[in-house]
Amino acid sequence: MNWLPPNGALRGIALDHLLGWNLTIVFWLFVAAQASFVVALARRWMGRGGTGEGVPWRGRYFILHVLPLAAITGLYLWMLVTGHRLWAARREMAMPARALEVEVTGVQFQWYFRYPGPDGEYGTTKPNLVSAPAGNPLGVDPGDPRGADDVVSAVMMLPAGRPVEITLRAQDVIHGFFVPGMRLKQDAIPGMAGHLSFTPETPGDYAILCSQVCGLGHDRMQARMRVVSPEQFAAWLAAREAPR
Amino acid sequence: MRRIFTTEPKGLARLYLWLGLAAVIIGTLLSLLMRIHRTWPQVAMPLHGVIKPEDYLALVTMHGTLMVFFVLTVVPQSAFPNLVLPAQIGSKKMALPRLNAAAFWITSASLLVLLAAFFVPEGAPIAGWTSYPPLSAVAAAGPGQATGMDLWLVAIVLFCLAAVMGSASILATILLRRASGLTFGRLPLTVWSWMVSSGLTVIAFSALFLAAVLLLSDRHLGTSYFLPAGLVVNGIPQAAGSGSPMLWLHLFWFFGHPEVYIVVLPGMGLASSLLANFTRRPVPGYWLMVASTLLIGVLGLGVWGHHMFVSGMNPYAGTAFGLTTMAIAIPSSAEVLTWLAMMFRGRLRVNTPLLFVLGFVSFFIAGGLTGPILAQPALDAYLHNTFFVVAHFHLVMAMAGVFSIFAGIYYWYPLLTGRRMNEVLGQIHFWISLIAAYGTFYPMHLAGLAGEPRHYAQLRGPVESFAKLIPVERGITSSAFLLAAVQLVFLFNVFWSARAKVALAGANPWKATTLEWSGEEHPMTDRGPYEYGSATGRSEDFRPQWKAEKPF
Repeated sequence: MNWLPPNGALRGIALDHLLGWNLTIVFWLFVAAQASFVVALARRWMGRGGTGEGVPWRGRYFILHVLPLAAITGLYLWMLVTGHRLWAARREMAMPARALEVEVTGVQFQWYFRYPGPDGEYGTTKPNLVSAPAGNPLGVDPGDPRGADDVVSAVMMLPAGRPVEITLRAQDVIHGFFVPGMRLKQDAIPGMAGHLSFTPETPGDYAILCSQVCGLGHDRMQARMRVVSPEQFAAWLAAREAPR
Repeated sequence: MRRIFTTEPKGLARLYLWLGLAAVIIGTLLSLLMRIHRTWPQVAMPLHGVIKPEDYLALVTMHGTLMVFFVLTVVPQSAFPNLVLPAQIGSKKMALPRLNAAAFWITSASLLVLLAAFFVPEGAPIAGWTSYPPLSAVAAAGPGQATGMDLWLVAIVLFCLAAVMGSASILATILLRRASGLTFGRLPLTVWSWMVSSGLTVIAFSALFLAAVLLLSDRHLGTSYFLPAGLVVNGIPQAAGSGSPMLWLHLFWFFGHPEVYIVVLPGMGLASSLLANFTRRPVPGYWLMVASTLLIGVLGLGVWGHHMFVSGMNPYAGTAFGLTTMAIAIPSSAEVLTWLAMMFRGRLRVNTPLLFVLGFVSFFIAGGLTGPILAQPALDAYLHNTFFVVAHFHLVMAMAGVFSIFAGIYYWYPLLTGRRMNEVLGQIHFWISLIAAYGTFYPMHLAGLAGEPRHYAQLRGPVESFAKLIPVERGITSSAFLLAAVQLVFLFNVFWSARAKVALAGANPWKATTLEWSGEEHPMTDRGPYEYGSATGRSEDFRPQWKAEKPF
């Protein structure tokens, strides 16, 4: 389990725990199954091994087949139930009122992060206004007053300890928003607004990757998530809003 | 010419095997180029130079397409049925012979169209074998997405057509051409497998055919099945559409998941038959195996959504597909446990075909066990599209599939040449392949856990995992080279064992019970497929299906 990058999210603890159990059980089942091949072949080479020829299967069949099948079905059931509890906790909860809203947009080969500003609303975007060289990579409509205080950033700044509600978009092709350190992944699909919530806990820098092949720059499509204290975050946001 | 334009099933089987061999050689070389690039990114390739990121993605796309369609589908689902299916049910011919022969020619055309993508301007497509739109729909989205992508789609359309034609012929053969007395309860499990995999092929490849045609239409006829409104590619707004890429995901995976079972079901049938033969015991729970095969086929059509847990579809759909996926693990486990029971209770006759069957079961378990982990949407949300998934499907589909193909070739080789393949070379081939295949694919789990995404031309995952992963990646590359190199032993064996000097194996060299070994057409039979065992006081320890208990 120490192969996983350090976890910085509240719900990551439960995920790491469950994943750890799953991997442990599955690994030892794998070892047991492979050992059974070795034993069967070794018995043969040592000249032993059940003759079994012509012996009816009945009683043995029950021990060798039905009992293990029942046990393994029980294991699948446990996996199903625990897995879905975690899934429900992660995906089916209403957004807390104090959640920070961030819009994440994937563009070949860049992530953009938009904060709605003091009015709490995003300005409309228009495809024909999109122009990264002109400083408007998302095509925010200057005619929409709600967009005037929007903050667009190439770094995802977040305050520690506050729930985050992400709206996930893509401008051109499907991208995969993947933050290994937050145990977070969802596809950004053009034409759709995806929703994703989590709570960053531990301050620090986390890699944001693209996990869905999106073109020649796919492996370079990386950004940084920087989790800071609430005060530092407030100061950063205020500084970004000020020039407008 | 008659050998080439044949409608005779064994002749077609030979042609399919040559085609599969060509595809697997190219596909393997592409994968080695990928491994070299991931381990030593700056090394220049002869005749090409340094591999650019788009070259790497083209390699991934073509490797996946060649292996999944032209090797793992063509050999178990086209070559083997033509080789033995009619004979196993007492016939010399397939039903619909011309349709069946045409399927081969369309498959060959498909392969040529696909390979042509390497030679057009901008080269082969880069969208991966799943070709998600809009990347695959908009030519401006990347190099290879213009002509290369068109060729890929035409190749897929042709392949789907051929797959459905071939499978229609297989289904008709099983239903119409069985020997009298060969009831469903007397069919070898390979025949049951081909019945289910052919049914799946007709359904799944029809969906892919449709998807590919619709995507071609989006690209050239101005429709927008897969293109939403407001698309901006390379800073240029695209024509307004009203479709969704999600439609492609659903159609593709409605094909893509049954495809996995199309690949492994014939291997599962073969494993049961060969374990019965090489332990000289009947298959216990014949009807349980049949029921499991059918259940895998039916459930296999209802699990596609587990490829889409992170696509942003409704979370309740994630729960539903997680449930069906967990359910399909049960009949799969039932078959595995039957094979393990057979292995333990019977007296193993260790030879190359048996070893490859055991290898198939070993990989099916190794890769299958991570299935229920990936079937949990919450855990998949971390593991999706990482190397963990690459490890999973290369073990459960690719290696299990390839080992069952080897088992089939070693076992049925006497039907093609009258001789057995060299046993010493066969066992060398098996043991080195087994170790190298585990060495190549098992450590990929670790890269996945470390958060390394697939389709990355270079190791660029989370910084924390870099240092740990470099030795792992080098080990994987070395193993991959060993795995590829030892296949030369197999190729040598294929030709070496066919020499006139090698002694003929005689009819029925494996003392098998099924009809393909009788050497002639058998219009009647009155017994089951696995009557092994000596306890009944006969001189031979098996009763083949072609020897009648009493005169008809």
